[in-house]
Amino acid sequence: MTKVSSTSGLAGEAPVFFLTETDEDHGHHETGTNLGFWIYLMSDCLIFASLFAVHAVVGRNYAGGPAPVDLFDLNIILLSTTALLISSITYGFSVIAMQSGKQQGTLGWLAATGVFGLIFLGLSLYEFYHLIHIGATPQVSAFLSSFFALVGTHALHVAFGIVWLVVLLVQIKQRGLIEANQRRVLCLSMFWHFLDLVWIVVFSFVYLIGVL
Amino acid sequence: MALDSNLQQLLFGRLTLEALPLHEPIVVVTFVGVALGGIAVLGALTYFRLWGYLWHEWFTSVDHKKIGIMYIVLGIVMFLRGLADAIMLRLQQAIASGGSEGYLNAHHYDQIFTAHGVIMIFFVAMPLVTGLMNYVMPLQIGARDVAFPFLNNLSFWLTTSGAVLVMISLFVGEFAQTGWLAYPPLSGIDNSPWVGVDYYLWSLQIAGVGTTLSGINLIVTIVKMRCPGMHYMRMPIFTWTSLCTNILIVATFPILTAVLALLTLDRYVGTHFFTNDGGGNPMMYVNLIWIWGHPEVYILVLPAFGIFSEVVATLSGKRLFGYTSMVYATACITILSYIVWLHHFFTMGAGATVNTFFGITTMIISIPTGAKIFNWLFTMYKGRIRFEVPMYWSIGFMLTFVVGGMTGVLLAVPPADFVLHNSLFLVAHFHNTIIGGVVFGLFAGLVYWFPKMFGFRADPFVGKIAFWCWQIGFWVAFMPVYILGLMGVTRRLSQFDDTSLQPLFITAAVGAGLIGIGTLALVGQFAVGFLRRKDPAYADTTGDPWNGRTLEWATSSPPPAYNFAFTPVAHDIDAWWDMKKRGYSRPLTGFVPVHMPHNTGMGVVLAGLATVLGFALIWHIWWLVVVAFVTLIGTAIAHTFNYNRDYYIPAAEVAAIEDNRTRLLAGKVTS
Repeated sequence: MTKVSSTSGLAGEAPVFFLTETDEDHGHHETGTNLGFWIYLMSDCLIFASLFAVHAVVGRNYAGGPAPVDLFDLNIILLSTTALLISSITYGFSVIAMQSGKQQGTLGWLAATGVFGLIFLGLSLYEFYHLIHIGATPQVSAFLSSFFALVGTHALHVAFGIVWLVVLLVQIKQRGLIEANQRRVLCLSMFWHFLDLVWIVVFSFVYLIGVL
Repeated sequence: MALDSNLQQLLFGRLTLEALPLHEPIVVVTFVGVALGGIAVLGALTYFRLWGYLWHEWFTSVDHKKIGIMYIVLGIVMFLRGLADAIMLRLQQAIASGGSEGYLNAHHYDQIFTAHGVIMIFFVAMPLVTGLMNYVMPLQIGARDVAFPFLNNLSFWLTTSGAVLVMISLFVGEFAQTGWLAYPPLSGIDNSPWVGVDYYLWSLQIAGVGTTLSGINLIVTIVKMRCPGMHYMRMPIFTWTSLCTNILIVATFPILTAVLALLTLDRYVGTHFFTNDGGGNPMMYVNLIWIWGHPEVYILVLPAFGIFSEVVATLSGKRLFGYTSMVYATACITILSYIVWLHHFFTMGAGATVNTFFGITTMIISIPTGAKIFNWLFTMYKGRIRFEVPMYWSIGFMLTFVVGGMTGVLLAVPPADFVLHNSLFLVAHFHNTIIGGVVFGLFAGLVYWFPKMFGFRADPFVGKIAFWCWQIGFWVAFMPVYILGLMGVTRRLSQFDDTSLQPLFITAAVGAGLIGIGTLALVGQFAVGFLRRKDPAYADTTGDPWNGRTLEWATSSPPPAYNFAFTPVAHDIDAWWDMKKRGYSRPLTGFVPVHMPHNTGMGVVLAGLATVLGFALIWHIWWLVVVAFVTLIGTAIAHTFNYNRDYYIPAAEVAAIEDNRTRLLAGKVTS
């Protein structure tokens, strides 16, 4: 780049119309993945935004069925929220370990993240099971439909993240912290923190405001 | 017997022999025609031993140029289906007057107008737009490929998967009878209990995933892979409009995904998002789908505006007038398109304040659009205009689209809209903008870049026949529809008691016939070009048949797999024009190996599994849903274990290809 701008500015000298080195495009691909994944996350964010908007519109249409205050046990939600927040921290430690080249540390912290993710997922499933068991199914009212759709979509994302995490553990074990794997760790990291962020909004918007 | 039927349900879900529409003679005849044609094509491919060639060179290709051409082929094939639907609708409305029921029963007619809309938007306009962006944009920015070549292949096959499901619905079961946006409660399970709406939902869901991924891919390509020197304000306008379009795709398709998923839940699980009972709200669906749907029309028309900008500048021999204002107009339209959705349902009853807001934002959009029209006119002003076929389409566009835009501003006035809402006036308006804008633009682009894609021109005489048939056919077909709309005729009716309407409907049908002839000529111009491809008047040995301005004309026609042996460097807005003017000489030696991605069959496999999954979901074949889903995820995971994704084209091979081009260019000079 520097070579180009210096030659093109000079009058009289023949302008450079093509590059003779081709190593340039290597760098493009690496940075492209992070940007692409980031844009994907923004598109996913819009799916959640739609679901939040739907919840804002019909979230109080109880249709004679139960309201949030009758259903939500904030203690369990606090527990699952804590598990998910901790999992974000452990993921952060995993990235730090990766950046200092420690494969065992990376794997260990990733595994810990997976365990906390599983705790969160288990609590979510337990909550769903409990709600359905007491008859608060998605078919009862628009409020419950949108509750299950929103929280269920988040849970599905976490489940997908855990599958990805397991695959990544195997791949790092097979090939070590090669460039491709490092990139994948960073992508999953963005995905994981994104889910954490979405959950914070779910926690405040659906649960806390719901039981007010 | 009960056991039998249980077993049958377990194995085949809702799918029974009665699902085949054998009682519809029109469908049966179509099926026989398609089957015979299909067997002939498959037989010919086998006879000429083309399967290996197709698989290795095309289906598994990750080359953006080949994927672009495959998108265009998909778009043209589906266009023939959508056009057949259109002609059937026009015939029905021309016949079914004064008590006659016409030749289509209501159930069939409703499916046809739904399929016509869905196919034309999702499986014609979108593939053609995406195909041209895929082909042209990386060349215009001097890149070797898109940012994620495999994802590009997968996106194409997912779009195809959606198209395949729509085509299957013609012969197995039914398609939706709801209109192209499938408003609930009509599209809910109570009013549409069978598979039509499910075909609609799953085909759009699968194709939508492909479109979103392709949007992400092309944004990253433009942001990260421009050649040195090409800053944003030096990008060709087509690349600019591609960028804005793909931003709109990523910003809106997730909303479509979400709203279709919620309707799916209403239908499959019994939730209450859009039902009339249980606290649901059907208008929420209408709002959400138009938050996708309005930007969608700009997703289609912005690249068309880009095409006109390239064509008009090149064929007027002048730099585009008002490049900067063109960029800002595009960006303004991109943003404004997101805040006008409510004008699609002023009659919802949101109140005067809300309607006023959306009426005014809608009218404001005509300002940047008008600026664009003036930019094209001023580009032509005092230009050395060459009346080639793409220029015909561009001028035809300016005349036609302006009328469509003005009827749009008329509809943007809420009180007028209350009268014209859901009338044929509206139908005429959006066909006026989509045919006059998007379709004319795509045709201009296809003819303009055709020599780049294949190395020979389309036939200009047949191309002009296509233009005149379309141009005249459009006016003959849609002016009566405008008039009928003003007379108060509502849309989507299959028969009319009032016989005084019939002459106008017959006129419209004649127009549709002209458009049909124009379409034959449209395909014919490429066929005639192919037959005469060796003729020096048709063959393009220079790579620059129009004396072009942008970088795609700097390489050969068709370009080599790696596009450019050396990455070009841009110094001006029209980089290639600048290079020609300042004595650029093509490098003849010093070639180096080129880094390229491997082909892969994974895209075909994953999209094939998605098709099976969609079909199983539509017909409630639950065991197959589980099998297809698990295989799909498993295959995708297995693919991530393949780290060997690229290779180098050796320098000797690059040199051989480039030397060949040198000989071609020299041959041109001597002859």
